[in-house]
Amino acid sequence: MERLVYIAVDGVIFASWLFLVSLGLTFIYGVLRVLNVAHGSLYALGAYMGSSLVLLFLRAGYPTALSYLVLLGAALLIGLTVGPFLERVFLRRIYLKEEVLVLLLTFAISLMLEDVIKLVWGVEPYLVNAPYLALGQVKVAGVAYAVYPFLLTGIAVAAGTLVWATMARTRFGRLVVSVIEDREISAASGVNVPLVFTFAFTLGAILAALGGAFTAPMISVVPGVAVEVIVLAFAVAAIGGLGSIEGAAIGALLVGLLRAAAVHLAPELDLLAIYAVMALVLLVRPYGLFGRAEVRRI
Amino acid sequence: MLPALAGLLLLAVVAPALPGWTIFLLSMAFAKALVVLGLVLLLRGGLVSFGHGMYYAAGAYAVGFAMKLLGIREALLLSAMGLAAGALLASVLGLLLARHRGLFFAMLNLAFSMILYAILLKFYWVTGGTDGMGVRQATFAGLLPSVAFLRLAYFYLTLGIAVVAFSLAHRVAGSPTGYLIRAARDNEVRVAYMGASVPQTIYRTYVLSGALGGLGGSLSALNVGHIVPELSYWTQSGEFVFVALLGGYGHVLGPLAGSIVFELVRNYAYKFSPYTWQLSLGAILLVIILFLPGGLWSLFERAVRWRTRWAFSSRPRI
Amino acid sequence: MGVLLETANLTKYFGLVKAADDLTVRVQDGELVGIVGPNGSGKTTFLNLITGYVPPTRGSIRYRGRDITGLPPQTVTALGIARSFQIPQLYTGLTVLENMLVALATRAGRSRDFWRPLRDNRRTEEAVQILGQFGFKDEIGQAVASLAEGERKLLDVALSFALKPTLLLLDEPTSGVSAKDKFEVMDTLVGVLKGTGVTTAFVEHDIDVVRRYAERMLVFEEGKVIADGAPEILLADPAMKGVILGTG
Repeated sequence: MERLVYIAVDGVIFASWLFLVSLGLTFIYGVLRVLNVAHGSLYALGAYMGSSLVLLFLRAGYPTALSYLVLLGAALLIGLTVGPFLERVFLRRIYLKEEVLVLLLTFAISLMLEDVIKLVWGVEPYLVNAPYLALGQVKVAGVAYAVYPFLLTGIAVAAGTLVWATMARTRFGRLVVSVIEDREISAASGVNVPLVFTFAFTLGAILAALGGAFTAPMISVVPGVAVEVIVLAFAVAAIGGLGSIEGAAIGALLVGLLRAAAVHLAPELDLLAIYAVMALVLLVRPYGLFGRAEVRRI
Repeated sequence: MLPALAGLLLLAVVAPALPGWTIFLLSMAFAKALVVLGLVLLLRGGLVSFGHGMYYAAGAYAVGFAMKLLGIREALLLSAMGLAAGALLASVLGLLLARHRGLFFAMLNLAFSMILYAILLKFYWVTGGTDGMGVRQATFAGLLPSVAFLRLAYFYLTLGIAVVAFSLAHRVAGSPTGYLIRAARDNEVRVAYMGASVPQTIYRTYVLSGALGGLGGSLSALNVGHIVPELSYWTQSGEFVFVALLGGYGHVLGPLAGSIVFELVRNYAYKFSPYTWQLSLGAILLVIILFLPGGLWSLFERAVRWRTRWAFSSRPRI
Repeated sequence: MGVLLETANLTKYFGLVKAADDLTVRVQDGELVGIVGPNGSGKTTFLNLITGYVPPTRGSIRYRGRDITGLPPQTVTALGIARSFQIPQLYTGLTVLENMLVALATRAGRSRDFWRPLRDNRRTEEAVQILGQFGFKDEIGQAVASLAEGERKLLDVALSFALKPTLLLLDEPTSGVSAKDKFEVMDTLVGVLKGTGVTTAFVEHDIDVVRRYAERMLVFEEGKVIADGAPEILLADPAMKGVILGTG
């Protein structure tokens, strides 16, 4: 019985992390119809920038309590600079071309960013755990859990709600929705589609970097993190249906709980559990749980 | 095709006069060209796999296990086992993958290749983990070449197999299946309305592609003498994609051209600055995508066309 | 001789829109049927339903006595029903000749071949001959992407025709084709179709074409067949003519 509680808690924690890292990816796909393979690199940039800035911040003597704002700042910094740059300079040239080429483009960008990160931050691991340790521990069902992951859960929920609210409530959000529904009609109605694209990509980049920045205190940041994340993020987004935020949430929950169960019951299978779920879901529903097939009119 | 074959024949003749490291480089170029050829067959169908490293690894580890567990040392047999390993893996994964296109196809391949990577790492007591597995010298029709001739022996083996493979691929490209996969890229609806099956065509091409990947992997393993899980890592797959685009996929010889250029350039670039290798790769890939989607081969075609005013019907459409 | 194609209560909803309303139609072996009606009256949907591109909400389709409801286009085509499209569906990366060769290879059941070449003498000969019937001579080596609109339409029809179907469905075969070529091509096409006993149904907006070639005419309006008879008789009624032309 206790095990179920642990699985549930672990599952929700992992699910919220998965949701946070896949939110940006699925959102960008929804608006731009682009699968941003460089999403993992943006996550890594957020992690590295977050770690460096917190390191500098703490060494300068500022209180740990404010380091969370620094992490947020790092994410915004990366998202607001790298995001628009990539979109304007590279993506813009390739929107109308074949899907495969767009994919290759973002793939090329991810290769480049991988080395940029190595050049700027080197290959030694970054271990900046102060923000993680500062929150201490809490007892859940008799077992000590670190508090920090729950903060991550909160951030994930906040991010998801923010994106959803922006789309549903604000005027700009509704413009974005109209572009998602039908790009051509929106443009014909006077919507500034290129601006919407830049905005959407930037928001996605911020979310990616946010995931990286706030994960950094929990892990040892090394060059390999980018690819782990893009594969996982894709798996979750694909399960839920690319472009669907609710789908990503449900996909994240599904994978999170299953993986937690695997970790507790059959540890050897934890990595395989995620991909097994993805393979199974896609076998039955090739476009994911909430995805839509686009049928050609003839 | 004929000039290319002549060129390869010439290469075979002069090989004994070339330095050892050049022979090795060329062997690796040919071996990897086979994997890239597999990719190109799919690219002609509009499908890009970001996970072909898994077939490369499958072929390599097949050699490793065949040597270690079964004691097989015959080079040709080992290559055949690599091919079979690739084909087998592809025939299983293809069942799921042939239903997908575009980015799903690309990313699912990536995901599976990373799973294989994880498995190869995790089960270290079988695979050797990060240390990898060693590959002893192979025999050629029972004969064990002396160290002096080993490089050359592997070279001729790889060259020979490559020539056969590329010739067969050229044949397949000119067959109904070869044309249908290009047709499927253009218009899946029309293919169905001709009574042919797109998923089946893709599946068959995918299995062939996996077989080529495994073949390339086994030849690589024999040449290098060492097998590691990184063969299935995404950056390896990325290199294959890069070479496919570099060489161009309008003609089956594109991968060969691209692979040779790549290996030669890489050899120098890596020595120059290992930390900017991926950067250069990505940058060049970017340039190719934006300005020269047909790859090096399209440059060659343009030159020929300019000289003879031919119409090439097999130009890839981007 | 008998009923080749039969639909019963065929209905299709796209959301709330009723694109096909209880269609019960019989097509006899060897008939040449014209399908007319204003835009959006469900003509193309009818073809999509028969060939399995969209599944019906209700109703059934029988071909040669066999229930083909819900079968996908690939199977329906293999059974002997070929179809051409309103917007030509071609292999844009291949040449005109290659498009035709693929059609012929598939017809011969050779789509699985990976050893034998696509271009063999007999196949190429037939391809050139069929393309010639549709007015393609020197352009057969050209990439499809460089063809004019009318030529693309003709190629699309040629491909479907080349499949030697038992039932040929054409969706606006002459739209986009110049007035000069229209009748020339239709004359040839209909001549061959009648000569080989192929049952044909074609959607048409050009009244002259329908009047000249169709023996029977189905008038569509809002998803229903509102009239079924000889073209001259139906067209003599001004109200009916108005509906067909979309002016009434």
